Amino acid sequence: MKITLWGVRGSIPTFNPSTKVYGGNTSCIEVEEDGCMLVLDAGSGITNLNFSNNLDCPRIDILLTHLHIDHIQGLSFFKPLFDPAKEVHIWGPHTHAHSLPTRLGRYFSPPLSPFYFRDLTCQLEVHEIGNSVFNIGPFTIQSAYVIHPGPTVGYRVTSRSGVFTYIPDHEPALGLSGLNHDIRWLSGSELAKDADLLLHDGQYTNEEYSVKKGWGHTTMEDALKYASFTKVKRLLLMHHDPTHSDAQLDACFAQLVEKADYPFPFEMAVEGTVIEI
Amino acid sequence: MAYPIEIILNRQLADCLAIPVFITDTVGNLLFYNEPAEEILGKRYQDTGEMKVEEWSTIFLSKDENGKLLEPEDLPLVKTLLNQLPYFKTFWIESLKGKSEKISVSSYPIIGRAGIFVGAVAIFWRPSDE
Repeated sequence: MKITLWGVRGSIPTFNPSTKVYGGNTSCIEVEEDGCMLVLDAGSGITNLNFSNNLDCPRIDILLTHLHIDHIQGLSFFKPLFDPAKEVHIWGPHTHAHSLPTRLGRYFSPPLSPFYFRDLTCQLEVHEIGNSVFNIGPFTIQSAYVIHPGPTVGYRVTSRSGVFTYIPDHEPALGLSGLNHDIRWLSGSELAKDADLLLHDGQYTNEEYSVKKGWGHTTMEDALKYASFTKVKRLLLMHHDPTHSDAQLDACFAQLVEKADYPFPFEMAVEGTVIEI
Repeated sequence: MAYPIEIILNRQLADCLAIPVFITDTVGNLLFYNEPAEEILGKRYQDTGEMKVEEWSTIFLSKDENGKLLEPEDLPLVKTLLNQLPYFKTFWIESLKGKSEKISVSSYPIIGRAGIFVGAVAIFWRPSDE
């Protein structure tokens, strides 16, 4: 399983000289195996996807964790959506109030977009998922609702190569007592448990989180604890805060290394990184 | 297997409240009770953990104002578990030590985004709280 990180920034694309190392594109991860491609989230990083490398791929599956703008803003620029020869499947969280096409239609309509969702010319199929298990090519995918404002899921992607878990927006420590050691009481733990790689929200420092509780994100330290409780084998922190420069992220990482003593490797996710598991 | 996030979020809310809150699964097993609820049960969550329905439902007796035992089907939480609807009732509870207390109970079903009934919550109000 080849995993390419096309966007690891949180909230808003952030391009300036101080974010060149970790990157400024918002959430988009490409997962590839046996010529089958999954795209996890459609943030601005999706514009870096090179489809000329995937001409043989008969279909593309876009798995959205949720519909906050930083996770869908790249959709309008996703060329296969406008290619009648392409079969594109969009997967996203179910909610009772409105269908997924209706909710996506809020973005794909004026004044936010010059065209409507119905104008997409690809062979489109939309799938609403919740606490679900489904198969795409060589992948078995488990989705589950996780704690984040609005309907939001995380994904556990399993293939014969291993297990990759993706929970980019997540606040498992919400509440007075913070993270619970008993993983039955830990949102998303069934997705993360024993994963070969966990790509998880690590937006805030402890100080920042103290004034941003309920905003839907995790501290870097809590993300490490979460990975420890769920016994993942490797952790990458993502959804970097848009105010964090490369130098600040380096300093945060140095502090984490100094304070933490965990039996698994962890890093700050860097845009453009390719990982094989 | 993690509990549904609707259960987890209810626990986190209960953890922050000064009123007794009980959270059960769909058949009435007690998954969590907060500190104010510990006083009613006479037990601490950190000691008992989760409790089977037959265990915690016998810790106190439920009676009407004439001292007559209430049928389980008359209790708000039981009705919520049966019908997946909210209920409210004021009655008397009597601990195994014989201490009686007038209590009002509000109960509601936990039905999440998936539209699936995953458990129930009972909130106990003392008349002085009302």
